[in-house]
Amino acid sequence: MSDLTDLLIKLIPVLPLLAAISNGLLGSRYSHDVAHRLAWGSVGLSFLCAIGVFVDVVRTGTTHEVIAYQWIFGGDLTINLAYLVDPLTCMWLLVVTGVGFVIHVYSVGYMHGEAGFTRYFTYMNLFMVSMLLLVMGNNYVVLFIGWEGVGLCSYLLIGYYYDKVSAAKAATKAFVVNRIGDAGFLLAIFLVFINFHTLDYTKVFAQVGDLSPEMATAIALCLLIGAVGKSAQLPLHTWLPDAMEGPTPVSALIHAATMVTAGVYMIVRNHVIFDMSPVAMSVVAYVGGATALFAATIGLVQTDIKRVLAYSTVSQLGYMFLGCGIGAYSAAVFHVITHAFFKALLFLSAGSVIHALSGEQDIRKMGGLSQKIPWTHRLFLIGTIAIAGLPPLAGFWSKDEIMGHAFVHDHYLLYGIAAVGAFLTSFYMFRLTYLTFYGASRMDHHTEEHVHESPMVMVGPLMVLGILSVVGGIGLGFPPEHGWLHQFLAPVIGPLGEHEASIGLMVLLMGVATVIALLGWGLAHYLYSVSPSTAEGWSTKFSGAYKTLLNKYYIDELYDFIVVEPLKRLGEFLDWFDRTVVDGVVRGVGQMADWGSAGSTWVEKYIVYAGLNIIGYGNHLVAREGRKVQSGMVHHYAALIVAGLFLLALVVQFFIEQ
Amino acid sequence: MVPLSAYVAVSAILFMTGLLGVLVRRNFIIVLMSVEIMLNAANINLVAFSHYLESMAGQLIALFVIAIAAGEAAVGLAIIIVVFRGKISTNVDEMNLLKW
Repeated sequence: MSDLTDLLIKLIPVLPLLAAISNGLLGSRYSHDVAHRLAWGSVGLSFLCAIGVFVDVVRTGTTHEVIAYQWIFGGDLTINLAYLVDPLTCMWLLVVTGVGFVIHVYSVGYMHGEAGFTRYFTYMNLFMVSMLLLVMGNNYVVLFIGWEGVGLCSYLLIGYYYDKVSAAKAATKAFVVNRIGDAGFLLAIFLVFINFHTLDYTKVFAQVGDLSPEMATAIALCLLIGAVGKSAQLPLHTWLPDAMEGPTPVSALIHAATMVTAGVYMIVRNHVIFDMSPVAMSVVAYVGGATALFAATIGLVQTDIKRVLAYSTVSQLGYMFLGCGIGAYSAAVFHVITHAFFKALLFLSAGSVIHALSGEQDIRKMGGLSQKIPWTHRLFLIGTIAIAGLPPLAGFWSKDEIMGHAFVHDHYLLYGIAAVGAFLTSFYMFRLTYLTFYGASRMDHHTEEHVHESPMVMVGPLMVLGILSVVGGIGLGFPPEHGWLHQFLAPVIGPLGEHEASIGLMVLLMGVATVIALLGWGLAHYLYSVSPSTAEGWSTKFSGAYKTLLNKYYIDELYDFIVVEPLKRLGEFLDWFDRTVVDGVVRGVGQMADWGSAGSTWVEKYIVYAGLNIIGYGNHLVAREGRKVQSGMVHHYAALIVAGLFLLALVVQFFIEQ
Repeated sequence: MVPLSAYVAVSAILFMTGLLGVLVRRNFIIVLMSVEIMLNAANINLVAFSHYLESMAGQLIALFVIAIAAGEAAVGLAIIIVVFRGKISTNVDEMNLLKW
């Protein structure tokens, strides 16, 4: 059984890789039908493998470590391409492959007829491979490879419409901002290696007690920088809303359900290190809390359906960080899972809306869609209720658990932030729903005529996600903090602390959370259904605040001013420096060589050649005169022979004889 | 008994005669004849020393020299005839092609 499980574990990332290779290299030779079947088929098989592994882990309760390939070994450094499958990885595997499979199927409908159809599925499968490596690796290097791989695929897919300038810019922005986080992550890996001389999780976590608190804080904060970049937390959140330039299924898969939760995965995976540093923990918690609130306020006024969802994602990721920061790891993982369900549902429904409206994304030009696209409407509503935190849907259980944990462990400020954030979340999500589906239609005539419900291949996946959004929370996490998920994750995350809250307090907190969500709904109902003029009145009354929110607190402009513009000017200066100074030196050297060669040409011409000419001319003279000896007269020759003979005789007489 | 020195003296006189003839005279044929005289001076010398040393080698070489001289005279006369056909002259001074 164990061998079979090991085989399944190895197969999980390989299947999408094979499909990606096939589609990437040979995709142009076969039809789109073959390409998409390969793509979702491979992910579906991975999902089945993941279920197989999951069942085995649940049944036997063992942790699998599988070495797929011995990669680097030398000195005290050994890095294997090896997988660690424990309950935490299992949950992520199921979410990634399951939600990934559903979104792949949806993409078949959504991307139908696109020019880069095969390219799209190649990137998607490549993303699946990277994400699976990320969550399955048993050491930091494999984690980092997956981490960079998902970043690359995110870049490629945001820039899918590469002929669109805004998409290309958004892709570059996402890539560059992520680099900042990745630098921190790399530093963390280096620090881990310096301290432990190994990069395997199990070995590192076994020795983690030897760390000094300062070093633990340093490692944890560096890891946090990485997580902040990947999960779009303050202050590196700016790339995620722009990432909505990619196709909507990409936003659902990468920028909502899976990749952006990699930061949470990394923190939970390294929770042993974080637990050693109260400083780092509170930084995590407050970064999360601040992001949750901050992004929610921006979400209040955005007018692009996908951007609202993007800020909502940033905000919900903030909740997950908050949960990690207060030690509620299983609650954070729980929220990751439920969020994957309902946010994928919301994004895909939004995609369905956009599909129905022939590409329109501005909610000011929607309205009254509930009758025209009933299934999309129902499912979007389910997603909205789930994220708003109304019981018994998924979001309620996970969000309430994080908030309850904060309250019970005396983090009252964080609880307050989370509560306000929850109210805002409920408000902006219902605002989005009202503006999109209810009220009078604000579409132009041409678009309105073409509104149509999406095909079954798109609605089907939505239904699956809708069901999961309804039952996912209560199925996995009920009763709170003692649900099935918590017990399953306990071997990894460690036993939960002594539960201090009484049943009464818990019920009270749940009631408060429900009331908060209902208040948000009520306000949205009042402003966008009952009395729309009030909403407009408020936006003019508080125009300063409204504009600040609409412009996302001018963070992008601030970064442009502080970072981008100075860098551009530095670039321009360096360009000038290069052209004038560096090139000047180069040209000067060239000029000097030129002059030098001119000088040596002169020397050659007038000194060396002159010497050679003198020698040559001398030879010429000697030869010209000397040749006259050979007169051609026979008796001259004869006379010379005789003279030579006499000379010889004399020599013999006077020098040889004696 | 004629002493060896007499033979050598005759030989030397003949040789000098031939040598002067070669160097001074301008006529091809006379130059050729002077060469023959020099060869014969050498022959007298060879034979005289052969007799004096009582060795037959000198006389043998003298016979060789006579044969070679005959061949040489034939070749020399042939060259003179060829040159004479081109130049209508037997003057050595006009034969100055053997130069650079």
